[in-house]
Amino acid sequence: MSGSLKSFAMAALVIMSSGADWKQFRGSAANSVAEQAQLPLNWTDSENVAWKVDLPGRGPSSPIVVDGNVIVTASSGHNQERLHVLCFDAATGQKRWERQFWATGRTRTHPSSANAAPTPASDGKHIYAFFSSNDLICLDVDGNLKWYRGLAHDFPKAGNDIGMSSSPTFAADTVIVQVENQGDSFVSGINSETGETRWRIQRPKRANWSSPVTMTDAAGTPIVLLKSDDGLDAHHVVTGEKLWTFEGAAGGIPSIVTAGDRIYLPSEGLTVLQAAGGKQEPEILWSSPRLRPGPASPIIHDNRVFAINRSGVVTCANLEDGEVEWQLRLKGTFWATPILANGYLYCINDAGSAQVVSLGDKGELIGTSEFGETIQSSPAVADNAMFVRSDKSLWKVSSQ
Amino acid sequence: MPTLLRMVSMAIAVALLCNTTVAEPSTSLEEALQTVQQIGPKGQGHQAAIPALQIVSQQKAEELPNILAGMKGDNVLADNWIRGAVDAIAEKTLQSGASLPLTELEAFLNDTSKSPRSRRLAFEWIIQADPEARNRIVPGLIDDPSLELRREAVSDRLQQAETAHADDKKDAAVAMYRSSLDAARDIDQIETATEKLRELGENVNLPEHFGFITDWYLIAPFDNTDQSGFDKAYPPESSIDLDENYEGKEGTVSWQQHSTDDEYGLVNLNDALGKHKGAVAYAVAFFESESARPIELRLGCINANKIWLNGQELTANHVYHAGRGIDQYVGTGQLKKGANVIVLKICQNEQTESWAQDWEFQLRVCDALGTAVLATNRPSE
Repeated sequence: MSGSLKSFAMAALVIMSSGADWKQFRGSAANSVAEQAQLPLNWTDSENVAWKVDLPGRGPSSPIVVDGNVIVTASSGHNQERLHVLCFDAATGQKRWERQFWATGRTRTHPSSANAAPTPASDGKHIYAFFSSNDLICLDVDGNLKWYRGLAHDFPKAGNDIGMSSSPTFAADTVIVQVENQGDSFVSGINSETGETRWRIQRPKRANWSSPVTMTDAAGTPIVLLKSDDGLDAHHVVTGEKLWTFEGAAGGIPSIVTAGDRIYLPSEGLTVLQAAGGKQEPEILWSSPRLRPGPASPIIHDNRVFAINRSGVVTCANLEDGEVEWQLRLKGTFWATPILANGYLYCINDAGSAQVVSLGDKGELIGTSEFGETIQSSPAVADNAMFVRSDKSLWKVSSQ
Repeated sequence: MPTLLRMVSMAIAVALLCNTTVAEPSTSLEEALQTVQQIGPKGQGHQAAIPALQIVSQQKAEELPNILAGMKGDNVLADNWIRGAVDAIAEKTLQSGASLPLTELEAFLNDTSKSPRSRRLAFEWIIQADPEARNRIVPGLIDDPSLELRREAVSDRLQQAETAHADDKKDAAVAMYRSSLDAARDIDQIETATEKLRELGENVNLPEHFGFITDWYLIAPFDNTDQSGFDKAYPPESSIDLDENYEGKEGTVSWQQHSTDDEYGLVNLNDALGKHKGAVAYAVAFFESESARPIELRLGCINANKIWLNGQELTANHVYHAGRGIDQYVGTGQLKKGANVIVLKICQNEQTESWAQDWEFQLRVCDALGTAVLATNRPSE
């Protein structure tokens, strides 16, 4: 095959995939936003639900969508030791393939969580499925195993019997996993082609459930942002070299979101940083204790920030200074990070009640639909459809 | 399909084909499996194993028993790599409408010299292809060395016992619940059988069934301020003399005898010794064994902990208030014939949250399958 044809084919692949994929926790850009997606505002079992399928195991992990495939992880068995990676046809819900493995690390979690807590990530060609037991599995989109790592097999003290939930991310041919706990606490950059370790850095020996986030800084360097009780660290994606540290309490569950060269850090409420590039520390733009997200991560969109606190109150604030524009109390409490589509915020509470909020001058609840099952995972959005999973089921919500 | 889209799809297919690593065709399945079996921790052997796994994955279904035999059970990483190939071959075979070699797979399942996980995987594909085979196979798995297979049989027997109970066939129900309890190693199944037997008026000694140690000698508090005590060797780590007194965190401390009547052997140190924060406690048990043998000491503990058997440290876990459960930490060791000494170190930190006040442990002695190993000097019920 000529180089030009090969390039054309690969470019076509990228084009066909672009805009229709949701490749990691909170989407391909890790921002929970599906800008143009047209999603229904209400649905029932018989209306605006294209399909619903049973899952073989539990999991707070979110679905991802890669090239028309919905990928979901689950864990089952008496001790949650059986790991599942499943692929469904996004159009029909038909299962294309399922792979199962045996966990090699600690599988205990709080009863409300499960081994399949981290959301998988994809580079468009491969799936990187990660579990609380610190098993990292690389499969192609047809389900062929490429490589398998047992990170807790390598480092047996890595684990947290409450459960771990940090989702992997991907950049520059490197899969990044954040394995922070009281035992072997580390972050690793894994060569996506071979599964070999590019770098491994020691991290604070404390539990941490937030996910790493990648961005390209002003100097054009691919960096990964790691938050913990000690603050925010930026490391080079490929080498693991530490570039800078921002000191400040930044522990807890919600993850960072970035937009351009700004970093929105759940710390002291919410702290907004301006990344400078290179090894220069970021500058604080503003900080607001009123924007204190609960487990759900904040969302940035259209010069505003949205955060749900532990009491289920959505706060909308101006992105320039953090001034609160409106608040809206929703029903229930939220583990799942909402998604934002076409001017609406889709918030699914722990009881499986999906509340759709219009985002005008004030927030208005305009629709509530019931999944009827406990839901802790964030939805995935692709091709005007929203994919939602519980411990038992996977739904496609779409009006088309 | 529109022409342009078809062209693009074909181009993509060709491009992907060109990008596929072509495995060395002369490599045999046996050689490929041996390469995969060489996978080690931290990514060792991956570069050779990735193309080797492709060779394994491209085999026909007839080779499944040979591929399963490559799962030796001594390399959990390699077992998972090979499982990935087995699942892909079997799934694609069934999706294509072809058959799996069920006779050969069942022969593999019946060969208990094969590794438990490889046999379990054979079972899963047998019943995937022929669901009716399950009822024929499962009853014979009640004492299987694969606990995953055994669980199936225990589950069925519990259901049969439930039916007998509902049909007012008490003797049959009791016999089936009792045999379920004897065979079960998973806690949920043990609890179900126990609950039902007790409903039927039967006695079940759960601590004995599990092998929990219920009689201890305790001493505390030693200093663990700022978690400094975890790596500090206080006198009980050097020698055990129950008549000795030591300088503890708040004055002289001495050994106290303590027995727990908890069904799961739980020892609440806050109750037994008083509430202490930033403190270390030691617990000692004397275990008479009728023979020398390998055993597992399985600890449930929400505090940082260490286990010694006859002076040898078996496990150390510097973790505070991150959950507790039966068999949470496992130390493997060797019992001597006659007297053995088990020493635990249980460290409490200084967290003030309400959920961070427990100071407790439970320990059982069992074999690798979880079957209780009882001391000859175990107090009678």
